[in-house]
Amino acid sequence: MTEAPKSGGIGFAGAGAGIRSAARVFWTGFVLNFKILSVSPFMVMTAALWPLVYATLAFLMFRATHHAPSLLYAALGAAVMGIWSTTATSAGGAIQQQRWWGVLELLVAAPSRLILVLAPVTVAIAGIGVYSIASTLLWGRLLFGVPIHISHPALFAIAIPAAVLAIGMLGLVLASSLVLYRSASAFSQALEYPIWLITGMLIPLSLLPRWIDPVAWALAPTWGMRAVRRAAIGGDVGTPLLVCAALTVAYAGLSMLLLHHFERLARERATLSLT
Amino acid sequence: MRTWLRIFVVGGAISFRALFSWIRPSVYVPTLLLGPTTQVLFFAYLGRTAHLESDDWFVVGNAVQSASLAALFGMGFAIDGERWSHTLSAVLATPANRAALFLGRAVPVLLNAAVTSATGFLGGVLLLGFRPPWSAVPALALLVLIASFACTGLGMLTGAVGLRTRDVPIIANLTMAVLLIFCGVNVPLDKLPGWMHSTAEALPLTHAIDAARRVADGASLGSVGTQVGVEIALGTAYLVAGFALLRWFELEGRRHGTLDRA
Repeated sequence: MTEAPKSGGIGFAGAGAGIRSAARVFWTGFVLNFKILSVSPFMVMTAALWPLVYATLAFLMFRATHHAPSLLYAALGAAVMGIWSTTATSAGGAIQQQRWWGVLELLVAAPSRLILVLAPVTVAIAGIGVYSIASTLLWGRLLFGVPIHISHPALFAIAIPAAVLAIGMLGLVLASSLVLYRSASAFSQALEYPIWLITGMLIPLSLLPRWIDPVAWALAPTWGMRAVRRAAIGGDVGTPLLVCAALTVAYAGLSMLLLHHFERLARERATLSLT
Repeated sequence: MRTWLRIFVVGGAISFRALFSWIRPSVYVPTLLLGPTTQVLFFAYLGRTAHLESDDWFVVGNAVQSASLAALFGMGFAIDGERWSHTLSAVLATPANRAALFLGRAVPVLLNAAVTSATGFLGGVLLLGFRPPWSAVPALALLVLIASFACTGLGMLTGAVGLRTRDVPIIANLTMAVLLIFCGVNVPLDKLPGWMHSTAEALPLTHAIDAARRVADGASLGSVGTQVGVEIALGTAYLVAGFALLRWFELEGRRHGTLDRA
């Protein structure tokens, strides 16, 4: 009788320590990778320049007619497009990148779970896209006079990291499913426009064929975008935010399975370091 | 003359194969074939969102613009790739005629750009019901080649700048962004501010896209002769400027011993 509570206490304490350790590994990896990416001119250009290009095009196109959505709608869409841009450009080949740098064996051999080491990489890649939100909104305000009025600032502040995390985890799913595909990066980049198109970042889903709806609903960026837009323009934020969070967790689980499978195959075939 | 032609044709083909040996179908198909198709689709739907122009208008604009992707990046790597493979000094140490050497590299890039653009058109046909008159197809093909030539000329210039600044992808990306916004690809020129419209007149693609849209609407090639002439003139001007810059950078590189510095 005296042992049971003690044992339970140790179990809770052990679980708590495990969660803290996992969170520390994730956060340290995120900060490290965010810093590495922030000094890459190519990544900063992808995050800050291309969203401005698409925002400019959207502003010019929407301004040319009186039937288009608002310019704030366009600005928010272009900003989140930037997050996906950086992810599509780099996340697909994230594992390949570690291999080229010669650190993949070290990461796999580390006592932490592989997902805790690789998820921060893809989330940091998506996180770099935060530059796109700042640059796009500023660009819209200064050059096109887009009124930046956020309906629910607190929810907006939650929706942005939720969208970043969701897109980063989608990047991790891509990275872990394409790990045995030699040109993962090229394939991942080819998904840039399709994901923009079917997740309603600039184009309302109602304009697309109906058969695309289930695909769009299964993609967390659809809900992340919806949460960001509703937090800014108005509407129910809770539902898209919850669905976005649930899909993000599902992506993490799927990635874990895929990475476990990849790790087992790589160990069996001794192909971990082969490019 | 025979040597010039040999360096131009054989040298150009061999260097293209050598410098782009890393391009496998698994890279080529998603990047240069799927990319233009998805771009055409995205902007056609964005056009529907804005109620701006017809699908055909966006198909032609984006398909022709796709040529710039292959031309700008291709020409940049055709020049700067020598530095990455540590063969730049060896290439420039040869007595080979520089015009034959660099123009020869431009031909495969030009043809590849035209294929990329054609894929965009094919995507429009398959996914958006783009149906130009059959009689317009040869003229459209010619216009695609002309646009690819003009973009390759600009690629020679940006490739030379990239050789100097040692960052070809960034220069190519910036140039492609300018072309996408300014050249009437997705926004009609008369809806652009005056200064953007004026800038567009001096850029490749603007005139080719305008001509291609008219031809796709049923106009004859003869009726767009002015646009064709201006596009060819612009392409030639950019090509000559790019070549001159390359020669100048080569002389500077020799003088300061910085040719192979990565």
